[in-house]
Amino acid sequence: MAEPSKKDEQPVGKVNVSKADGAGARLEDEEVAAIEKPVQRGEPILQVRDLKKHFPLTQGILFKKQIGAVKAVDGVSFDLYQGETLGIVGESGCGKSTVAKLLMNLEQATAGHIFYKGQDITKLSGRALKAVRRNIQMVFQDPYTSLNPRMTVGDIIGEPFDIHPEVAPKGDRRRRVQELLDVVGLNPEYINRYPHQFSGGQRQRIGIARGLALNPEIIICDEPVSALDVSVQAQVVNLMERLQDEFNLSYIFIAHDLSIVRHISDRVGVMYLGQMAEIGTDEEIYDHPTHPYTQALLSAVPVPDPDAREHRERIILTGDVPSPANPPSGCRFRTRCWKAQEKCATEVPVLAVPERFKGTDSPAAHESACHFAEEKDVVHAA
Amino acid sequence: MPEPSLPQPQEPERAIAGTGTGAGMDLAAAEAATVGSGETGRPAGRPRSLWSDAWHDLRRNPVFVLSALVICFLVVIALWPSLIAPGNPLHCDLARAQDGPSPGHPFGYDGQGCDVYTRTVHGARASVTVGVCATAGVAVLGSVLGGLAGYVGGFWDALLSRITDVFFAVPVVLGGLVLLSVVTSSTVWPVVGFLVLLGWPQISRIARGAVVTAKQHDYVQAARALGASGPRILLRHIAPNAVAPVIVVATIALGTFIALEATLSYLGVGLKPPSVSWGIQISAASPYVRNAPHALLWPAGALAVTVLAFIMLGDAVRDALDPKLR
Repeated sequence: MAEPSKKDEQPVGKVNVSKADGAGARLEDEEVAAIEKPVQRGEPILQVRDLKKHFPLTQGILFKKQIGAVKAVDGVSFDLYQGETLGIVGESGCGKSTVAKLLMNLEQATAGHIFYKGQDITKLSGRALKAVRRNIQMVFQDPYTSLNPRMTVGDIIGEPFDIHPEVAPKGDRRRRVQELLDVVGLNPEYINRYPHQFSGGQRQRIGIARGLALNPEIIICDEPVSALDVSVQAQVVNLMERLQDEFNLSYIFIAHDLSIVRHISDRVGVMYLGQMAEIGTDEEIYDHPTHPYTQALLSAVPVPDPDAREHRERIILTGDVPSPANPPSGCRFRTRCWKAQEKCATEVPVLAVPERFKGTDSPAAHESACHFAEEKDVVHAA
Repeated sequence: MPEPSLPQPQEPERAIAGTGTGAGMDLAAAEAATVGSGETGRPAGRPRSLWSDAWHDLRRNPVFVLSALVICFLVVIALWPSLIAPGNPLHCDLARAQDGPSPGHPFGYDGQGCDVYTRTVHGARASVTVGVCATAGVAVLGSVLGGLAGYVGGFWDALLSRITDVFFAVPVVLGGLVLLSVVTSSTVWPVVGFLVLLGWPQISRIARGAVVTAKQHDYVQAARALGASGPRILLRHIAPNAVAPVIVVATIALGTFIALEATLSYLGVGLKPPSVSWGIQISAASPYVRNAPHALLWPAGALAVTVLAFIMLGDAVRDALDPKLR
């Protein structure tokens, strides 16, 4: 596959814009230069380390006093490699979307680091942050609220060029917008229409075109298809796969639909209550899960074959997800886990390859945050 | 009356041919094309803004045309009342008190023997000035304060909300009686100032609510994710989506302010007698309403038509500004 060297086509003048004044500007230049540097396929492009986001709970009308915190994301670590798709799954409220917002710098992390090409982007501001934003873009969940109803499609997709004028010269923008419409499979003539004149799937394509406008390296997809009909979901997912090959993109694909995640992802992370429970390649997670929560999730996936359905084991979890404002001690999952023992309440399990599988090349040897990790093939159980 | 929408059957097919993503899109694209109305006679490829689209719709809306004509007429006679009423509104002849209509004096005479027609025409100036100036003041003050509070949030938002609560607790008429009774000026400005002072919290609350709603939408997050600056987000994304309710409430408030000016003048604390206004006329005519109802009905009718025209205009503008209704 001939990979377009898209980064080289862009004017690099941006780096040299304001060399003149002082050490601050020079530091910023270095930061920008590091961000512009290309990353080889297979190298980590994004490294997340112990990321935390606690939303304060406050009381009071005028003078607010903090009475607690919702620990939406509480110590999440993972790597994203150049050119791969990392799926993140988990039930509603487990912190998936907050992770997306933290990666986009739309929320300030309470603690932890996000390294993009070695730069910690949680602390960036100004020009360096703008350069990062050019390279990390997002596709939103709801195509009905993610497009400004008062702007035409041309204005929506062209807005990135207004904010980052160095990407496309003024006279060229209309043509670029039409090209983007064509790339996502929409008629370039639609440039003057308003979002409400399109269907959900078409709107999501417009959202994807906006995300692609700046030639980003990473696209974070926060449940990009969960608001769409099943038939349209497949079209959008296939479009995203095609674009990944065409533009050499890395995706973080957040969803709660396990089968779509398996379809698109190279690796999958399972989240529970603000923490990563298990992470590995799609085969490791789907066929050789070792964390009880993953096993319970997978056992709930609908099976089309009625015979197989009768023979498989259903793991039905009892109770509700505990409140993230007051999570259980030790292992977060212990309150609903059938394997829970004394140790689970006192010791927090770390996300690592379990002892018993270490050194083996069994597919079960992947990172799992459980004291009693063991393989259980729930999908094919007979 | 909505313009008939014209389906454009050729376009969607071409879109599909390029994508190869299956038949599902066919229907959706055709549907979108059918919805896309108002494109007749548009030169291909020239983008049209929201406001020019709204204007395009408004010109075809009879409610808008009618109320706009009434308002234009009012503004013209407010600026140059002598165009249609050359007489002196302060010239009164007690001998003709409460007389009915007569040639040259179509509305008859009031209790002081003043010509009702001349005074009603000249009274438009006070009403329109109060209405327009108070609304402009309220809209600017209210939307700036409310919009910023909603956008910034936190302490300033809470502070502003408590201040508006205080203003809401003041009854308008009682506040007018207390504050305006100490003013001796016979111009419209004390009344305008009072209405702005008591009126801004209403607009501020609407603007705050609209901004808070607009701020939560994903498209604002998307703009932030692109690296858009605060002013850009506020002006390009939040303000256009928050302005419609403010416009509607402001136009309705304009009608209310004109009615309030009349109320305050009726009570004797608004405009004061050598001035000419509908409120003063209604106040002066009300004791004689059985003998000379015409002296009350003409200024009251003018007031009602003016208030109605502004409210209908506000309604039409709101519909035109909402692309979802188009």
